[in-house]
Amino acid sequence: MCENCGCSEGDGAGYTMINPADNNNRDHVHDHSHPHDHEHPNDHSHDELSHSHVPVHNRISIETDVLQQNNLLAQRNRGYFEAKNIMALNLVSSPGSGKTTILEETIRSLTGSAVFVIEGDQQTSLDADRIHATGASVIQVNTGNGCHLDAEMVNKAVKKLSPPDNTLLIIENVGNLVCPALFDLGENFRVVIISVTEGEDKPLKYPNMFQSAQLCVINKTDLLPYVDFNPDKFKNYALKVNPAIRFIELSAKSGAGFAEWIDWIRKVTSD
Amino acid sequence: MHEFSIIQSIVAIAAESASQHHAEHVSVVEIEVGQAAGVVTEALEFAWEAARKGTVLDNASLVIKHIPLRVACGNCHIPYQPVEIYDPCPGCGDINPEIISGKELRVVAIEI
Repeated sequence: MCENCGCSEGDGAGYTMINPADNNNRDHVHDHSHPHDHEHPNDHSHDELSHSHVPVHNRISIETDVLQQNNLLAQRNRGYFEAKNIMALNLVSSPGSGKTTILEETIRSLTGSAVFVIEGDQQTSLDADRIHATGASVIQVNTGNGCHLDAEMVNKAVKKLSPPDNTLLIIENVGNLVCPALFDLGENFRVVIISVTEGEDKPLKYPNMFQSAQLCVINKTDLLPYVDFNPDKFKNYALKVNPAIRFIELSAKSGAGFAEWIDWIRKVTSD
Repeated sequence: MHEFSIIQSIVAIAAESASQHHAEHVSVVEIEVGQAAGVVTEALEFAWEAARKGTVLDNASLVIKHIPLRVACGNCHIPYQPVEIYDPCPGCGDINPEIISGKELRVVAIEI
């Protein structure tokens, strides 16, 4: 679905008009006469009745999940990752939380491991250029007007990227704490990143994202002395929304806490 | 604004059903949106005006049924209706509820 996400009509939906000839509802068929050789006790006219165009609507039950198409494709991606033993992480956050810097440092820290990256941004390949400079294989997906990656974009990107078996695939989603929450990409883990320069009440304001993530990385901890962010308060808010979420505090800039993040990746990739 | 891609999916699902039933026009599209589905219905309605243009849904109206959030406490299992998903159980104060309803995002029916 929504490969073009709001910017084009080429969404693959079938709008084909098909000949409505087999409509058997006589109220709607008007290419024959309507014999009315009986009395009409009320004083309405015969013509009015025979050519009444009162619409008769047929209700057709559909009961289809709107995200079904995305979820089916996400499951297909998941099966592909599982078959090839690819660990796929979906990094989500607000713009400016430090996703790309974390990613750069992650690739540098995981020496000896091949890392493949899908970069999602509305425009430019600036992030992909930064990742490319680390030596990782990267593909940039520009969503245009779109505010999130979806399973179809990841499906196409993975085919182009063609990661070999037993590798780590990191998907950096579009910086947005709302929209990407709804779109399963087929990832093994969703990692929500927040920086200490943001409000500690973000989990309450954007519960869908924190609910759908398994891990929360708190970045830019080197700035804690200069901001009012209280990590314990933040964690309590996040746990209210998602009691199972785990936390790693780090600074991608200073390197503090980064080993715990790398250990987490090594653990999930070896399990 | 992911509501535009959501509404595009709704249009696609409804149009496909209309096509299967050889309908030239659709008069109503009924959808269900849960309180915790993660979409803003006003944004859906705004996007609807643009997304239906030039399709079999061109003259269709969008009927949105709102589904309130209902949960059951994960600890004492009593059902309750939180204002926010993270509101604690009014009985035992636990904050690990199971969602009964309120996550729906579904095309229910069309009228042709």
